[in-house]
Amino acid sequence: MRAVDAVMECLKAEGVEAVFGIPGGANLPTYDALYDGGIRHVLCRHEAGAGHAAEGYAKATGRVGVALATSGPGATNLVTPIADAMLDSVPTVFITGQVRTDLLGTDGFQEADITGMTMPVVKHSIMIQDPREIPKAIHEAFHIARTGRPGPVLVDIPQDLSRADIAYEPDDRIALPGYKPTTEGNVKQIRLAAKAMANARRPVIYAGGGVVNAGAAAELTELCTADRFPVTLTLMGLGAFPAPHDQWLGWLGMHGTRTANYAMDEADLIVAIGARFDDRVTGKLSEFAPHAKFIHIDIDPAEISKNVPAHIPIVGDAKRVLPKLMREYRALETDSSRLDAWWERIRGWQERHPLAYEDSADSEIKPQYMIEALYEATGGDAIITSDVGQHQMWAAQYFHFARPRRWINSGGLGTMGFGLPSALGAQVACPDQTVVCVAGDGSLQMNSQELATCVQEDVPVKVFLMNNGYLGMVRQWQELFWNRRYSGVDMKMTPDWVKLAEAYGATGIRASQKETLVDTMKRALETPGPVVLDVHVTKEENTYPMIPAGQAARDMVG
Amino acid sequence: MGEEPATQDVLSLSDLELPGVQAGRRHIVSILVENKPGVLARVAGLFARRGFNIETLAVGPTDDPTTSRITLTLDGARHPIDQVTKQLHKLINVLKIRDLEPEETVARELALFKVSTDEDTRAQLLEFADIFRGRVIDVSKRSTTVELTGTDDKIEAFERMVRPLGLIEMVRTGEIAVARGRAAT
Repeated sequence: MRAVDAVMECLKAEGVEAVFGIPGGANLPTYDALYDGGIRHVLCRHEAGAGHAAEGYAKATGRVGVALATSGPGATNLVTPIADAMLDSVPTVFITGQVRTDLLGTDGFQEADITGMTMPVVKHSIMIQDPREIPKAIHEAFHIARTGRPGPVLVDIPQDLSRADIAYEPDDRIALPGYKPTTEGNVKQIRLAAKAMANARRPVIYAGGGVVNAGAAAELTELCTADRFPVTLTLMGLGAFPAPHDQWLGWLGMHGTRTANYAMDEADLIVAIGARFDDRVTGKLSEFAPHAKFIHIDIDPAEISKNVPAHIPIVGDAKRVLPKLMREYRALETDSSRLDAWWERIRGWQERHPLAYEDSADSEIKPQYMIEALYEATGGDAIITSDVGQHQMWAAQYFHFARPRRWINSGGLGTMGFGLPSALGAQVACPDQTVVCVAGDGSLQMNSQELATCVQEDVPVKVFLMNNGYLGMVRQWQELFWNRRYSGVDMKMTPDWVKLAEAYGATGIRASQKETLVDTMKRALETPGPVVLDVHVTKEENTYPMIPAGQAARDMVG
Repeated sequence: MGEEPATQDVLSLSDLELPGVQAGRRHIVSILVENKPGVLARVAGLFARRGFNIETLAVGPTDDPTTSRITLTLDGARHPIDQVTKQLHKLINVLKIRDLEPEETVARELALFKVSTDEDTRAQLLEFADIFRGRVIDVSKRSTTVELTGTDDKIEAFERMVRPLGLIEMVRTGEIAVARGRAAT
C-alpha cells in the first residue's frame, strides 16, 4: 500500500479520531489518503490555528493532538504551536509534507528545512529518508510525544516518499535505546522527602502542569490532605488541586495571590511537584523563598536544580511517586498541630489580602467582574481556554478550577492567538462539554479566522471577548514602568465583532451592561453553534496583585 | 514500597544540604549517539543554546556501525556541566554520555603543522619533531609538514617550539578519548 495509507492505519492504531490541518502541494498524498482514511479532518484556516487546535485537543484530554501541514510556509506556520507545545509540555505530533527528495536542498518551491528550524523547540523530530521507515516513525512519534515529559514531535515526509508503495504490517513495537524515562522515583529519596515533610513547620506544596500531564490530580489532593499542607499551583497546574479548598492558597507568581507568594517567601520547606521554577513564579531568583529547603519531584531530570537547587531531588512520574510519598508520610503519624502557627499566619494573609477589585459604581463592566459573571453563568462547569494577556490572568484569578484539564492556556511561550483555536480543539475532543474561550481583543485578532473552521465543522465554541481596545498587558507595563508612554498599544480600530461573527455565520452578541451580563452570558451559552460575545469592559484596568519583573515576592504591588 | 518498614524518626530540615556542584575543570565529554542524520546538529545546537563554548569536537564511527562517537572538550570553569549533560540526555538519539575524569582517561589528538623551512631551519624542525615523536609527512623546498599525536598539552608545547620557525598553518582534530582499563567508555 502507499506509505500515506499506512500513515492512516498507524494514526488509527494510535487512537486518533481527529486531525487538524491544511493541505498543500507536498502533502497532497496525505490528504488523498485522508479522503477515505476513516479519520476526521478539521480544515483550519491557518496552520497556526491547526497547531493550537491540536494542543487544545491534547490539553483537554491528555491524548496526543495531531496537526498536518504542507511544506514551506505551511510548515513554518506551525513553528509557533510547536514551540508552544514544547514549553507547556503538550503531547502533539506534527506531520509535515516536504518537497520531493530530488529537490531537497535546492531551494525548491515551498521548501523549508523545517526539521532544522524546529530543532530547538521539539522533543524530537524525524526526517523520513526511506518510505519503509514511515510506519515506525509515526509510532515512535506518538510514543515520544505522550510518554515521559510530553512534548511535540515533528515527522517530515518528502512528497515522493509518502506516495511510495511499501509492504505494511501493523507493528507498533518501539525500540528507542536512547529514550527511557524514569518513572518510579527513588525509594530512599521518597522516604527522605516524607521525613522532611514531617519535620517542616512552614511547608508549602507547589505543584504545576506536570501533575495535570501525569493525570495525578487525585494523588496530589490525597497527599496534600494527608496532613494540612498548604497548597499553591502554577498557572499551568490550575485544577490539579480543587479551588476553592480550605488548604488552597491560590496560585502563585507574578499575578498570583499575595498569600501564595508570601507563603513561599516564608516557607521552610517547599515541595515542588511537576513545576519548573519559571521566572514568572520565582521573581528575583536570588531572593526567592530564602528560608526554604526544596524537594523537587519531576519526570524531567533536567528541570531539577536548573533554576533552584534541590535538596531532595526525585525523578519520576507524579502518578507513581505521590502515592508512595503519601504512604511514607502516613506511616510517620505526625502531629499536624505543628502546623497551627503556620496556618494562623496564612489565614492572616488571606484575610488581609484577598483577591479583590474595586467594582464600578455604574453599569460599566469591570474585567474581573466579567470573569466572576462567567463563573456564575457556567456554574463553574466549563472548559475555559484563554489567549495571553490581562484577560488570561483575570480568568485564572476569578474562575475557580475544581478539576484538571478545564483550564487551557499558553503559559510558557505566552502565545497570543492561542485561545480560539485551542477552544476549537478542546471542543472537537469534548463535544458534550461547554467550551468557552476567554479572549482579548488583541489576541483574538491573531487567529479570528478559525471562527470559519468552527462554523464549518459545527463546533459550538463560545468566545467571550474581553474588549478594552488595548493591548492591555503591554499598556499596563507602560503605565507602571514606562512613564505612561502608551506606545503601540491603542487599537483605535477594532472590528465590529458582532458583524464579524455574523460574517462568518456565527452568532454575535454585544454586552456592555453589568446588570444584565450574567443573563446575556447564559443566553450566549444556550445559543447553538459558535458565538462571539463582545463584552465591553473598563478600558484602563490593571491586573493586580503583581510582582514587578525581577523583584521578590514580598515586593508585590497592587 | 520498601523492604524495611518506615521509621518514625523525622528529619531535621537543617540537616539537608545541597549536593556539591562540579565546576572549574576542563571536561572531556564522550557522547555515544545513534548514527543518524542530523544528530551532530542537535548536539552542537544544544551546547550553543545553553551558552557553552565547545573547545574541540571530534566525530567518528565506532566498532558498531549503528552508532557514532562525539568527543568534545569544554571549559567547565564558567558553567557547571551538569545542566548540559542532563539536556543532552533528553535528545532521543543520544545513547550514552560520559564526562570523563582526566586521571582515568587516555586522550589523544592528531595535529598537522606546516612550517616554513629553508635548509637551515629544516634541521631544527626535524630535531623538534624527533623530540616530540612527530613524523614528517610532506617536504617541499620552502616548507615541511609534521604530523604529531598526543595530548593537547603536548601539541601546544610543540606549537610553541615551531612557531618562531615560521608556522604557516596548524590543523588539529580535537581530542578523542577512552576510559582507562577494561570498562567501556
